[in-house]
Amino acid sequence: MKSVDQARNALAFLEDEAHERAFDTLIWGLRERRDAAARDVPEWEELRTLASQIKEHTLSNLGQYLEMFEVSAARNGATMHWARDAHEHNQIVYDILNSHGAKHLVKSKSMLTEECDLRPFLQRRDIEVTETDLGERIQQLDDQPPTHIVGPAFQKTPQDVAELFYRVYGSDPDRADPVYLAQVMREHTRPLILSADAGMTGANFAVAATGAIVTVTNEGNADLSGNVPRLRICSVGIEKIIPGNDELAVFIRLLTRSATGERITQYTSHFRKPRAGSEMHIVLVDNGRSARLADERFWPSLKCIRCGACMNTCPVYRRSGGLSYGGTYMGPIGIITMPAADIRRYRELPFASTINGSCSNVCPVQIDIHEQIYQWREVMDDHGQFSTTKKAAMKVAGKVLSNPTAYRAAAESGLAALRVLPHFALYMRLNAWGRHRDVPAPPNETFHRWYARTRGRAEGDQP
Amino acid sequence: MRVGLMVPCYLDMFYPQVGIATLELLEKLGVQVDYPFDQTCCGQPMANSGAHTESAATEELLVRNFADHDYIVAPSGSCVHHVRNKFTAAEDTPQRRHVSSHTWDLPEFLCDVLKVEEFPWARFPHEVALHVSCSAIRGLYQQSMSERPNDPWFSKPRSLLEKVDGISIADFDRHDECCGFGGTFAVTEEAVSAAMGNDKLQHIGASGARYIVSGDMSCLMQLQGCAHRDREDFHFLHLAQVLNGDAE
Repeated sequence: MKSVDQARNALAFLEDEAHERAFDTLIWGLRERRDAAARDVPEWEELRTLASQIKEHTLSNLGQYLEMFEVSAARNGATMHWARDAHEHNQIVYDILNSHGAKHLVKSKSMLTEECDLRPFLQRRDIEVTETDLGERIQQLDDQPPTHIVGPAFQKTPQDVAELFYRVYGSDPDRADPVYLAQVMREHTRPLILSADAGMTGANFAVAATGAIVTVTNEGNADLSGNVPRLRICSVGIEKIIPGNDELAVFIRLLTRSATGERITQYTSHFRKPRAGSEMHIVLVDNGRSARLADERFWPSLKCIRCGACMNTCPVYRRSGGLSYGGTYMGPIGIITMPAADIRRYRELPFASTINGSCSNVCPVQIDIHEQIYQWREVMDDHGQFSTTKKAAMKVAGKVLSNPTAYRAAAESGLAALRVLPHFALYMRLNAWGRHRDVPAPPNETFHRWYARTRGRAEGDQP
Repeated sequence: MRVGLMVPCYLDMFYPQVGIATLELLEKLGVQVDYPFDQTCCGQPMANSGAHTESAATEELLVRNFADHDYIVAPSGSCVHHVRNKFTAAEDTPQRRHVSSHTWDLPEFLCDVLKVEEFPWARFPHEVALHVSCSAIRGLYQQSMSERPNDPWFSKPRSLLEKVDGISIADFDRHDECCGFGGTFAVTEEAVSAAMGNDKLQHIGASGARYIVSGDMSCLMQLQGCAHRDREDFHFLHLAQVLNGDAE
């Protein structure tokens, strides 16, 4: 498959200035609220350390905790399934639905089912899927993947949504009022929830000691999707396991504060057992996770609790939009996870970063995201994913900069210097620098020559 | 104490006045400075692009040039961050370890080693915006970061600027957001890079300050490049130039 051209996609996003401004303002606002929430918790940095340690411990003993979870959940009356990859996951879900004759599934947002492309899989098999969370439903109606892992429709303005709902539902196109729009969505979705054959949710956490699936939401649709239909399916990535409720408390304090600055969401639900007369199925999904866990460099990305804080703080994400990354996960966490799924398709992503380090420092579980981005760049070279021009440019730069004579020759002629420098030799793409910026004018003499002239070092001494 | 001056390639070629200001400033402070003649670059341009192998020879050259110095001082947070924290392409020798752990960015050397209290020769009667680079903040910890709001506030570059007679330092929004340079990023992602630079200028512009000062000339090269397109009224100065009393 062709590789994702993040830079080109970002350019298209930037050209729509009104949306770009609105998006940056909205998302930066989340970062500011996160800062304020963190400031209110004096032990914030200790909590981050603790959360990171809990995740490291759990991931280091993942097999044991997964088995503990399986035993607890089965004891509660849930039916357990294990899926090696996306296809197996989708097939399991389909088989469960099919064996119950279910034709209509309501679903609450789950990045894992996005990752597995579940919706098209089921739709091809004549099962209708309705997203019940407002943001995810908006994206579904507009036939777009999520643009943010917490707020799938963050890239749309209320006016965009008003127009979309007018097209789909015939509601008032001029009322770009979020309360009104939520009401419109609710009126159209509630009947679907009430009549659905099955409900599906993801999980924020899976608690090994209790066998509970924990979801953290504001709209309560996970509760409706999970509780109203008689058949309930939960898809859970295996990295979502945590040991017990004491550990859960640490994450609950961090998750929503990191995501949106809220101290807590409206609903923190523990789903433990099916209600009388209904069934609850839990599908534990690997889909590349155990391979990543075995990777010495990149396993810390599995600590992620999907708060989106790294995306909110990322100056590149805010000015490129979520779709530009071309994958389920976007922004900094997308850069370090998507190439593991398909190195060729996502080979440009590690370069869609200034490696400024902000992401790692907001991450509530202390993933060293920017260090991993840096390492992914090296991996791309090791795997032959550099273009031939880039590889050649790097070789030239390496030769010139490691040889004082060659370097001086280049540096002492202004034009050659311009070729070596900005961006430091990469593809000689001066036009790219110059399209939006001026190129610095070369001075009359280099520092080196000035030093030789004024500090009495004879010209002949120069290398 | 043997102090070696590292003048990064882009300063050598484009901003020699920053190298000169650094050298003169250190000499005014009584430091005897050595400038190894064979120096070129720290290897960051290649390593930061993922080309680890291609940066090895350049890093080894830097080790040879500076292995005998007790302190290696460079007026560039980004290069010092590379040498101190990312310097793994060269062969692992005691010399490499020495160079890596004895390289200082100018503000650190002034604050932590020389413990400079005053710059009596410097006067700068203007309002300035101080841009501290991401490398200096999140790589070298020269200033507390906005991401960690419970940490006590400190800033080495700002504490130095505050010692300059007549200066006032303006606060501005999103003060420690990246300027958008990012090395290769500036050309591979030129549209996003320029958007980031323009936003930075807009936030600084709103503060009223017209002098932008930084310890990293690469950030200033980026901002200057953006500014010249529609704002001619900003002035860009390296911290060393202000502390050396070059500009008034």
